[in-house]
Amino acid sequence: MVDRAEAPAPLIRQPGIGALLLSWLRSPGVLNATPVLIFFLIGFVGPLVIVLAFSFTPERTFDLGAGFTTENYEHIFTESYYISFIWSFALAGLTVLCNLMIGYPIAYGLSKLFGRWAAPVMLVLVIPLFVSENVRLFGWYLFLIKGGGILAGGLKTAFGIDTGTLLYEPGTILMGMIYVYLPFTLFPIVLGLSMVPRDQVEASRDLGASRFQIFREVELPIAMPGILIGALLTFVLAVGAISEAKLLGGQNTPVIAQDIQHEFTYAQNWPLGSAISVLAIVVTGFLVVLVMRRLDLDRLLGRR
Amino acid sequence: MESKRWVIWLIAVWTGVIALFLYIPIFSVITSSFGKSRYFRFPVKAWSDKWYDQTLGANLTTDLHLTSFYVAGCVALIAVVLGFFGALAFARYNWRGRQFYQRLIMLPIFFPQAVLGLALLLWFTYVGVLPSWEAAVFAHLVWIVPIVTLVISIQVYGFDAAQEEAAYDLGASRWQAFREVTLPALAPGLFSGALFAFLLSWGNFPLSTFTTGADSTVTEWLYTKMGSGYTPMIPTMGALSVFGAIVILFGGYMFLIVQRRRRLERGD
Repeated sequence: MVDRAEAPAPLIRQPGIGALLLSWLRSPGVLNATPVLIFFLIGFVGPLVIVLAFSFTPERTFDLGAGFTTENYEHIFTESYYISFIWSFALAGLTVLCNLMIGYPIAYGLSKLFGRWAAPVMLVLVIPLFVSENVRLFGWYLFLIKGGGILAGGLKTAFGIDTGTLLYEPGTILMGMIYVYLPFTLFPIVLGLSMVPRDQVEASRDLGASRFQIFREVELPIAMPGILIGALLTFVLAVGAISEAKLLGGQNTPVIAQDIQHEFTYAQNWPLGSAISVLAIVVTGFLVVLVMRRLDLDRLLGRR
Repeated sequence: MESKRWVIWLIAVWTGVIALFLYIPIFSVITSSFGKSRYFRFPVKAWSDKWYDQTLGANLTTDLHLTSFYVAGCVALIAVVLGFFGALAFARYNWRGRQFYQRLIMLPIFFPQAVLGLALLLWFTYVGVLPSWEAAVFAHLVWIVPIVTLVISIQVYGFDAAQEEAAYDLGASRWQAFREVTLPALAPGLFSGALFAFLLSWGNFPLSTFTTGADSTVTEWLYTKMGSGYTPMIPTMGALSVFGAIVILFGGYMFLIVQRRRRLERGD
């Protein structure tokens, strides 16, 4: 340790902290960030604090001053609410895995192979995104429904095969999630893959790399930020999914979002609903922070 | 570097299959909306557009679409204004804390939407705001402003700030430089930001369901109706909203093309 007294005093103490802060506040970046930040504070931080506060109030109270307790969290584990967590996270994890495998070849095609066809193909893939999720899931319901559904009816007319219903199975929910969230996995991967320089791939090929080695050593690491964003976005959205389980799963498979909605509507138990929310936020938030720390957004979005 | 032809074909076929997969439910909805019978059975024996007559004639249809339209319109407008400044701070200026800011404002995107909707409902109750379509506008904005900021940022990254300085050197005022240089250069980004905001809000369900209160949007109505069994009005209303989205998307696309052509004719 250096003796404090012997450390050289700074020769010039300028400018003061106050002046520095003032000039920082007046910099164009901060000025432009202010509206969004204020909105963020009111629209995002505020609600989170309230949910957190409510999760510690006694059962079936609607008032923050009603006292402090941790029993809501205990309820989650003693009263089988944790089962929804397992389902939601398992479904979300599987959705991410499937979408990465489905989406990677398409993303590769869009960014490297399709050339001038890439833009129209992209448009074709984007359009369904703008039709409400509920409408599209209802379409699946019509497609899969027993007896008169398009799949069952079509098979019967064309081949005379009788099929049961595919609805109300966890597998159907998974398909619904894969379907709804595929674009959210796909487009970040396209963004990531378009950062892979063609020269570098060519160079590694000239040096004798096999197709698989190029994939593993060149493409995958460079495209990783995009892949991570896609996976994360898909996972988080899938954890919060609500319509898939209700419309395609017939409520046989419990998921977190449904539990939360139930507590806030029928059961009128806000504190428990808040506790479930907080737990979901903590788990997804942990993942988000983990991934975000590794990202260079300027490079990913600005190609710098 | 040329990939082998069969690899390209394989990937193209795969893309086609998945694209088809993406459109299956949309075709299902449209098909069933034109079926004549009270209950949907495939293959459809008789076609009819009577459900459209009925649906379009109902006051409910107008009300639902108007609510959805008000919400999405307000969201698009406000999100673009906030997102514009947000994007300048995100991509244009270099300032202390920018890296932190970039990550911070992305958080609402990476957040389970149903949980966000409910958190907002609690917050509204706490502050004393009644759930209504205006409250839903606010809720949608929390999720959509970050997205619009990102969309506009991509345009801002490609903007050469030297142009603005050149305008100052040539004697432009701050406002003139903004109106004549910055704004036209960023216009495509602003426009796609608005389009994104409108369509995402139009289709949103998880945030609306917690925050609209007595006002109901098209997606909320569909969800409630689906829970209580089939009526031909469901696919009809669904198909109408599909057509609506297509018209808006196509209209927006045409607008962009016309703008671009006009700018080219002017020669800048």
